[in-house]
Amino acid sequence: MKKDIKLRRYHSPVWSEPVIMEMGHPGERGVLVPEAEEEIRATVGEAESCIPANMRRKELPRLPEISQLQLLRHFLHLSQENLGMDSNIELGMGTATMKYSPKVNESLARSPQMTEIHPYQDERTIQGILEIMHKLNLFLTEISGLDQFVFQPSGGGLATYTNACLFRAYHASRGELEQRNEVITTIFSHPVNPATANAAGFRVINLMPDEKGYPDFEALKASCSKRTAGLMITNPEDTGIYNPRIKEFVDAVHGVGGLCFCDQANANGMLGIARVREAGFDACHFNLHKTFSSPHGSFGPGCAAFGVREELAKFLPVPVVIVDGDQYHLDYDRPQSIGKVREFFGNIPAVLRAYAWILSMGAEGLLEASQVSVLNNNYLGKQLMTIPGVVKYYDQENFRMELTRFSWEKLKEDTGCGAEDVQRRMIDYGVQVHFMSHHPWVVPEPFTPEPCESYSKEDIDYFAEVLRQISKEAYTDPEIVKTAPHQATIHRPNTAPLHDPKKWAMTWRAYLKKRGGSGLSEL
Amino acid sequence: MTQRKLGLIVNPVAGIGGRVGFKGSDGQEILDRALEMGAIPESPKRTIEALKKIVSLKSRIEIITYPFEMGEDEVRACNLIPTVIGSIRKGATTARDTQNAARDMLMSKVDLLLFAGGDGTARDIFDVIVDKIPALGIPAGVKIHSAVFAINPQYAGMMAAEYLEKGPGSVRLCESEVMDTDEQAFREGKLESKLYGYLKVPCERGMIQDVKMGSVAGEEASMDAMAQDIIDNMEDDVLYIIGPGTTTRAIMNKLNLEKTLLGVDAIHNRQLAGRDLNEAQLLRLIEGKKARIIMGVIGKQGYVFGRGNQQISPKVIKQIGRENIIILATMNKILSLNGRPLLVDTGDAEVDSMLCGYVQVITGYEERIVLKVTA
Amino acid sequence: MKDFLKEWKMATTERKGIVHPYIPNSVPEIKAEMMREIGIADIEELYRIIPDELRLKRRLDLPEPFISESDLRRHVKDILSKNRTCEENLNFLGAGCWQHYVPAVCDEINGRSEFLTAYGGVPYTTLGRFQAYFEFQSQMGELLNMDVVSVPTYSWGTAAGHAIRMASRITQRDEVLIGKTVDPERREVIRTFCQSPNVRTRIDIRLIDYDTETGLLNLQDLEEKISSRTAAIYIENPNYFGTIESQGQDISNIAHRRGAISIVGVDPLTLGILIPPADYGADIAVGTAQTLGIHMHCGGGVTGFIASRDEEQYVAEYPLFLISLTDTVEKGEYGFGQCTYERTSYMSRDKAKDWVGTVTGLWTITAAVYMALMGPQGFRDIGRTIVHKTHYAIKRISEVKGIRVLFDSRAFREFVVNFDGTGKSVKDVNDALLEHNIFGGKDISKDFPELGNSALYCVTEIHTQENIDKLACTLQEVLAK
Repeated sequence: MKKDIKLRRYHSPVWSEPVIMEMGHPGERGVLVPEAEEEIRATVGEAESCIPANMRRKELPRLPEISQLQLLRHFLHLSQENLGMDSNIELGMGTATMKYSPKVNESLARSPQMTEIHPYQDERTIQGILEIMHKLNLFLTEISGLDQFVFQPSGGGLATYTNACLFRAYHASRGELEQRNEVITTIFSHPVNPATANAAGFRVINLMPDEKGYPDFEALKASCSKRTAGLMITNPEDTGIYNPRIKEFVDAVHGVGGLCFCDQANANGMLGIARVREAGFDACHFNLHKTFSSPHGSFGPGCAAFGVREELAKFLPVPVVIVDGDQYHLDYDRPQSIGKVREFFGNIPAVLRAYAWILSMGAEGLLEASQVSVLNNNYLGKQLMTIPGVVKYYDQENFRMELTRFSWEKLKEDTGCGAEDVQRRMIDYGVQVHFMSHHPWVVPEPFTPEPCESYSKEDIDYFAEVLRQISKEAYTDPEIVKTAPHQATIHRPNTAPLHDPKKWAMTWRAYLKKRGGSGLSEL
Repeated sequence: MTQRKLGLIVNPVAGIGGRVGFKGSDGQEILDRALEMGAIPESPKRTIEALKKIVSLKSRIEIITYPFEMGEDEVRACNLIPTVIGSIRKGATTARDTQNAARDMLMSKVDLLLFAGGDGTARDIFDVIVDKIPALGIPAGVKIHSAVFAINPQYAGMMAAEYLEKGPGSVRLCESEVMDTDEQAFREGKLESKLYGYLKVPCERGMIQDVKMGSVAGEEASMDAMAQDIIDNMEDDVLYIIGPGTTTRAIMNKLNLEKTLLGVDAIHNRQLAGRDLNEAQLLRLIEGKKARIIMGVIGKQGYVFGRGNQQISPKVIKQIGRENIIILATMNKILSLNGRPLLVDTGDAEVDSMLCGYVQVITGYEERIVLKVTA
Repeated sequence: MKDFLKEWKMATTERKGIVHPYIPNSVPEIKAEMMREIGIADIEELYRIIPDELRLKRRLDLPEPFISESDLRRHVKDILSKNRTCEENLNFLGAGCWQHYVPAVCDEINGRSEFLTAYGGVPYTTLGRFQAYFEFQSQMGELLNMDVVSVPTYSWGTAAGHAIRMASRITQRDEVLIGKTVDPERREVIRTFCQSPNVRTRIDIRLIDYDTETGLLNLQDLEEKISSRTAAIYIENPNYFGTIESQGQDISNIAHRRGAISIVGVDPLTLGILIPPADYGADIAVGTAQTLGIHMHCGGGVTGFIASRDEEQYVAEYPLFLISLTDTVEKGEYGFGQCTYERTSYMSRDKAKDWVGTVTGLWTITAAVYMALMGPQGFRDIGRTIVHKTHYAIKRISEVKGIRVLFDSRAFREFVVNFDGTGKSVKDVNDALLEHNIFGGKDISKDFPELGNSALYCVTEIHTQENIDKLACTLQEVLAK
């Protein structure tokens, strides 16, 4: 029996916080730096004299001068004006897997044994870190079925780029790189897939969905040729649709000599259920800051674990962690490696948190997390489909996996309010905007919730109620939706200045230079 | 929101033939006969459906329109107050009136010209405004092959409202095809339409900022990228036949050659080899040479061959061969197909069938999308 | 399929439904209610669509979990205790990741859950992060003397890679000249970004020699190698050896004379005492922000920005986020948004498209805090202190028999120590130092064989005189053996 859901009366903090450049007073200090000891200063002399004359900075940089408490207060105000996942029901932010980042893992990641480590330390002094990297690697090989992971890519984009480089290296090693200049992906893939493939020198072939929302298999077959370097695909796709013919896709590409990569940004419903190995994939990546609970950090730092089958391991970025008895080593002796995609070994704190999370869940926990994610998503979906104005594209029968793409198309048709309008009103009820879609918007007026296992039934009911309320408002009083947000930190920003060279300002100094005249008026 | 001006032109006789079995209503004789037969005009009703979506903006827009049934009546029917300009003979309007109205609206500097009618109306309006101001069609005719029309009157109203609200610069404009159908042929049951021109129309599916991604190339940048792709892959001593349209025009622009927008040109070794060619000239040009055809796609309908490019006849296509056909389309255009396949209708069933199947359409630099082609 | 289901059902009932603190709906009653709502009797029905042969038919082979927080904590701490930290040991490693003091307020702010757990919100729901990014960009703009600064990306190396591709697009040329004194690890990353075997997106890399006496770039070699194919010159300042490059203006001039772009990599922490690249002709600046209030995290604290003049043709090519100030529909209110200036006809070759995704938001915010805490005088002070300590260290170490410090005295924070005169390899020396709880400088013998048995030593404001003296004494001791 569903209780009556009471929508909260919410208002974001509004501090009208000035930009730090406008704050403080000449002479104020936030933190002091120790001088060198007297003897050192006496021995060396004036610091400036050690610097070539033409390199000495004369004018001090015009940074703010502010005392510590006032500075702290400023940033605390900004943090209050920032809606984090911990503080709200952020299940609308689909494809990002906004799951709880356990605080115990956070506190472990902030231990000095993690923060005060230099990557070039002698291997013998970082055995703890290497052990964790190696063990997480083992966990992920089990979860995916592949054979070797590295953590160097710091985000999904760098992982797909690593993959594109790997495709290159593989085909080059067989003398077929000239001929194999095409990578196949789908129009629902995250844009980093085609973009990184393109940047790596490949021609990108996009597949459109068929009526049920699966990538068109006939189109795939027609695209496979001796020019195919490989396939980069996500399953389930951002629509939440699992493609049951995935193995046929992989086989078709293998059949013409290409490799297959699975972007596992949407793995949260699949842990312990289905693995990329059984579907035949050669490579994959996981977002540790999504599926494996490392926090999102206001857009990073993240970590994308990239894994491959044994035969491809020789191409992985260096170093790879190997174990010899009870000693861990960093193996740089890999002559066929694609090199490095980023300095050092990766975002190690994320590796640590993922390791700890998996250990706190175990096999049963991971399976439970996935099953509950998919249950949560379909439970939400059922409610959303009863909201006037919502439609679901493509397959209507089968259950979606851990996320679903819906459309506010009908709402737009009936009331003039579309996805952007709805999301601007959501904050008035204390929930984060829902994710719409990556480009291009194949589904019009899209929104993509992903209620992963961290959200309770109450959370899900509340979210659905918020959307139901906004839908009601759109039909009865569309102005209130169109002019939203009303209770957020700021009102709708004007976007025109952002694209106008005479008005945009990426720094305060640029703003001051352009102010008045044809620049932004006084703020 | 700053005060904006909406121009409204209703072609009261558009679609009038449809219900009583006539195809099109150009020509006074046909019109008289239709009215005699009790035909009721469709466009006023459709216009009112569209205007209903704009009512909420009434305090912020000025609706400038022509007298009586050319817009004034429809606006008043929605309890809105129009600014009426120009003069007409009530009950006896012609294409001339549509053009006068368009001229007057252009001079009044309207932000958007909303018109109700069919392909003929679009043609008349295009003749006057070309690409000087944005326009959008409320479909109210029988012949609706132009991509300048919204899919239904409500959508037209909504798109107009969104455009006026957000303002120029915030909503992308797409160059959309105005098609011109041969009247006589049409009445004889043969559909032969030609590409007539391009109007600037608010894009149906705006490419909005993606908070997780960054920038996305707009129409112009996309076409530029596609053109660059074609040019970079151009081979020497191959004749390239360039089909009509704005997408293919970008290629010629990049090579500093002038394009016949509505006609077929040819390039050889990056130089102009022929302008506005007919079938005979094309056949002569490709005789004994290796040749390729580069085609755009008609928005909304998805026609590649068969609409507006009769010069590229079945004979020409057969000689050149399926594997030498290159198709370009921006993502916006592809999305406007709403999942429908690309279409061909060359008039020759054998050639149509040869063209069917899957093709890789160029959408950007080294970017392709796989689409189905059917007849 | 039927057998599998039966087996599975048995396994799941045996599990007795775990309830997990991180999974509210794992409570059996709640789960059952939700299942009823959507009309299923068994969780398995949700996965009907997946073909049987693709299903994992066994439990994942993972260790038994630590279901209590206290057990988990103990386990992880045990593993971490196998690490030796730069707190308990005396660390002289730098080379791309530096140990500086992190003010407490920095950790306080990046520990706030509102910043830690936010992601893809919009300016009106996550104004804080957008404003913090803008404050990062603004303060960096002052340090760099440039009007456009990006939100940072993954690392300095990746930022340099992106910047070189930008230069290639702007100039429509396909070669870059990189100083040999650029950090080798960053050169590796740049190579991955630029030298693809495919012809289309390839940017050829040519290295420019340096003077083995001074450590400065060999301008003659630069003049010889630059051509009309050169899109950009990339150097770092101070360079990998810690040497301050004083020929910056000459290098920029050489680049500009040939229509190439001058890109300089820099650590903003140096810019309280050194002039920024813009002041010696750089068109694009890249660099790290890890030194601005971020711990080393075993290399996990890296981040990298791109900056330039406020010119359309540059702004149009940034592959990273650029946050701009704007106004809102409410008069007098600040707003922020992404500048996504479209690629227009400036960029007639859309080759080598770049990408951006999750980057380093939390470090961006942290660096903004650090820069404001330090202020202008703080940057001047830390510059001075580092110079003092560096040169004191050079003096003390030079006094040790057999050791030679290379490249005379233009060092900032790092310097090269040569051990050829000692008969010992860097590895031997570092092994011995380790026994004294000292992490010796990075062995650069392999990367720079022309420098013999050499190591890169790093001294920052955290090193006391006592620390430096201890290093010198210990070196003396171990070399005597």
